[in-house]
Amino acid sequence: MKNLKSLVLVGWAVALTASMQVSAEIGGVQSLRGAEELDSNNAAEEMKRIPRDRATFERDYLHQPPLIPHQVRGYQVDLNSNKCLSCHSWTNYKTSGATKVSLTHFDTRDGQQLSDVSPRRYFCMQCHVPQADAKPLVDNSFKSVDALSAD
Amino acid sequence: MARQKKGFLTRYKDMLLSPSSVAMGLILGIGFVAGIVFWGGFNTGLEITNTEEFCIGCHEMENNVYQEYKSTIHYSNRSGVRATCPDCHVPKDWTHKIVRKIQASQEVWGKLTGYINTREKFVEHRKEMALREWQRMKESDSRECRNCHDFEYMDFSEQGKRSVKMHSTALASGEKTCIDCHKGIAHELPDMEGVEGWH
Ligand code: HEC
Ligand code: HEC
Ligand code: HEC
Ligand code: HEC
Ligand code: HEC
Repeated sequence: MKNLKSLVLVGWAVALTASMQVSAEIGGVQSLRGAEELDSNNAAEEMKRIPRDRATFERDYLHQPPLIPHQVRGYQVDLNSNKCLSCHSWTNYKTSGATKVSLTHFDTRDGQQLSDVSPRRYFCMQCHVPQADAKPLVDNSFKSVDALSAD
Repeated sequence: MARQKKGFLTRYKDMLLSPSSVAMGLILGIGFVAGIVFWGGFNTGLEITNTEEFCIGCHEMENNVYQEYKSTIHYSNRSGVRATCPDCHVPKDWTHKIVRKIQASQEVWGKLTGYINTREKFVEHRKEMALREWQRMKESDSRECRNCHDFEYMDFSEQGKRSVKMHSTALASGEKTCIDCHKGIAHELPDMEGVEGWH
């Protein structure tokens, strides 16, 4: 009886230390950072490149801000100047061959139309972003609405 | 007449042959050497003012335009070829360089009087300075850009779509020059209100 008791105790102790060891690690759970333990870093991914120019992207839903199909490195947008509008504004789009900003860009949040791009649409990159050549990290099965999908 | 002339000629000959001609030669020689030294020194001095260290030797340039330029393609890029301040701002050939340098003496006055000695003053005066640079580059058909970028050797198959569209039309025809389309490539832009093609 006494022997059995000590055996159980030893068993407990072993189990406890083992479980303590597991809880300090990731417990075998895989995440986006792979199977790397918490206290170490995985190797950095290579920097992704943004192609200089490519064909415009298909849109996935009706009010999606279209993705930017070109590089925007060094494009200054601030109080002084707006590089995007030097090509995309209604006065410049013809010479630059860019899509002109749509009418919604002149509306305030109360639906009032202004004579120039509305302040809430001035900082283009809040909504429009360029795309690097990168695979999605997580698969998904999103399908566009009928009006936008080819099939 | 003829005698007089002969007399003059002989006198001249005598003078050249007499010992004093040595002194004359010496003077000429010294003048010649001094000329070389002065000319060389002048150009060397000029060259010192044509280096990036000189340009950013004052805090007005180092703290403002230099910091901005450091994040641009002309400071760091895949090929490691750099454009320094004088590459864009000082003409390469002698005549244009001297003209630019004489204009620059006005900037020395600006330095002495503290015209742009704080960030606020610099920003306040940026537009007038930028307008002057654009004007100068426009008048020279962007000569300094073309010292490195030659339209003749641009390979359109290597350029982006938007680049080709503009370069093969407005640039090729001479209707526009580099600085018309490439403002703000090395520094932050001032308020672009009223500048052609901007908002
Ligand atoms: C040098 C001119 C130029 C500049 C500057 C520029 N763009 Fe463009 N942009 C274009 C051109 C040309 C297209 C391509 C149009 C096409 O292929 O139909 C385009 C396409 C786009 C599109 C896709 C439109 C669509 O219908 O899919 C977006 C979004 C866009 N740009 C946003 C921006 C933003 C944001 C900026 C500033 C950070 C910017 N652009 C700066 C010329 C420019
Ligand atoms: C608040 C988000 C937001 C901001 C900021 C914004 N956009 Fe948009 N943009 C949109 C949305 C949403 C659409 C698509 C629906 C529409 O046209 O309103 C769009 C559409 C566009 C289109 C395509 C127009 C067309 O006719 O298909 C262009 C080009 C564009 N934006 C450029 C810009 C530029 C340039 C700026 C900066 C001056 C800007 N956008 C700022 C949200 C934004
Ligand atoms: C000392 C030589 C030199 C001078 C002068 C020079 N550049 Fe450049 N430029 C370069 C180099 C080098 C690159 C980068 C090439 C690379 O590796 O992509 C470059 C890149 C560029 C780019 C490409 C930007 C990008 O995002 O890809 C533009 C635009 C440009 N220069 C315009 C100009 C203009 C305008 C001027 C005149 C104001 C000028 N350059 C003067 C050497 C020069
Ligand atoms: C009519 C307008 C226009 C003129 C004039 C012009 N460019 Fe450009 N350039 C552009 C546009 C638009 C782009 C592409 C957008 C960008 O890089 O922001 C471009 C891109 C470039 C690039 C990058 C090319 C690439 O695709 O990798 C270089 C380098 C360049 N320009 C140099 C010059 C030089 C040097 C001159 C003068 C000899 C010049 N450009 C004149 C409009 C112009
Ligand atoms: C690639 C060419 C290029 C290089 C390199 C360059 N600049 Fe400039 N600089 C310009 C152009 C173009 C302008 C006209 C304004 C503009 O477009 O930003 C300018 C404007 C300026 C101005 C007027 C104020 C302003 O911001 O517009 C000063 C001062 C100046 N540059 C100093 C310098 C100094 C100092 C360096 C070296 C650290 C330097 N630049 C390097 C092209 C260049």
